[in-house]
Amino acid sequence: MATAVPPFETFYEAHRADVLRFLGRRLGRQQAEDAFQETFLRALRAYPRLEHGEHLRAWVLTIASRIVLDDVRKRRPQGELPELPVEDGLPAFEELAPLTEGLPPNQRAAVVLRYGYDLGYDEIGDALGSTEAAARQAASAGVRRIRSQTGAGPSSFAERKQGANPSGPAPENTKEQQ
Amino acid sequence: MTKTFSPALDERFRAAAAAEGLLDVAYDILPDTPIGVLLVGVTDYGLCRLSFDPEPERELEELARLFGSRVLRASRPLERVRLELDEYFAGRRRHFDVEPDVRTQPAYNQRVLAELARVDYGHTTTYGALAAQTGNPRAARAVGTVMHHNPVPIVLPCHRVVGANGSLTGYGGGLDRKEHLLRLEGAIL
Repeated sequence: MATAVPPFETFYEAHRADVLRFLGRRLGRQQAEDAFQETFLRALRAYPRLEHGEHLRAWVLTIASRIVLDDVRKRRPQGELPELPVEDGLPAFEELAPLTEGLPPNQRAAVVLRYGYDLGYDEIGDALGSTEAAARQAASAGVRRIRSQTGAGPSSFAERKQGANPSGPAPENTKEQQ
Repeated sequence: MTKTFSPALDERFRAAAAAEGLLDVAYDILPDTPIGVLLVGVTDYGLCRLSFDPEPERELEELARLFGSRVLRASRPLERVRLELDEYFAGRRRHFDVEPDVRTQPAYNQRVLAELARVDYGHTTTYGALAAQTGNPRAARAVGTVMHHNPVPIVLPCHRVVGANGSLTGYGGGLDRKEHLLRLEGAIL
């Protein structure tokens, strides 16, 4: 039987720190705080439509990812190239989103976080409440499924070399920076 | 983890969630009333919950089941209830203006609770009398059960209902609290 949707308070307390950490890495602290509120307000609006309480962490991080994209788009003057993940040839979340729609939530989140947001598998594993290995597996299963459904070329999902991300993944389990 | 989470950011989100009208139930915990820790919850319709010595996890599950899953702690929507309770405990309020929300109660319970709402400050009635007023003089025990499941004690004053012989009989929050409330109201010495 599927897990029941928990009271919002329980959901919020379980995931707020992860969401803020995720947003902090993508947007910097000030923007992250606004995005944090918007993430949970959107989650709250959509909450009554949830059918079960599984994969809620993946779900809320997907919402946060969309807000990061909106934020980047909003701050980007017309005609200029975006500054965030898209630049380095990785497919932006924008292009990824429609492709991932048919995926199971865990695979979807893993694909989006890996290829749209360039998180390391260790971070994704942490974000999804599983392991690095499971995150890698979910992402590759998701990509296989997308390819078989859409025939999307392998170049769209080219694996990046480790260490190619100049900002680097933040170390896990560090205290919030004050 | 909770400790390092920014309290200002947290409060800002909770206030925004309430202000946008997105909550099925807003609740708060009053840690130090004269009768101990209380949990109070409100819907758009009024006060839906007042619990003594709450076990938050169980309470939230139940509120979500009854009213919807968007249950969130938020202090602003509870301000009026908190103020009225403060005044009541200080002896400066004899009647609550906040409306009880008893929609989710069975029809019989709603009838009994409506009758209960008419028992004035400082007065008592009996289980049998309430039973008679709601149609069945022999249903004193059923009335007792309704009192026991009263979702908003104090505001719906089940503490004013006593046994036919004047004994306090029982109280969901414990007899000490019943005695405290009746003493506060001057119903007993």
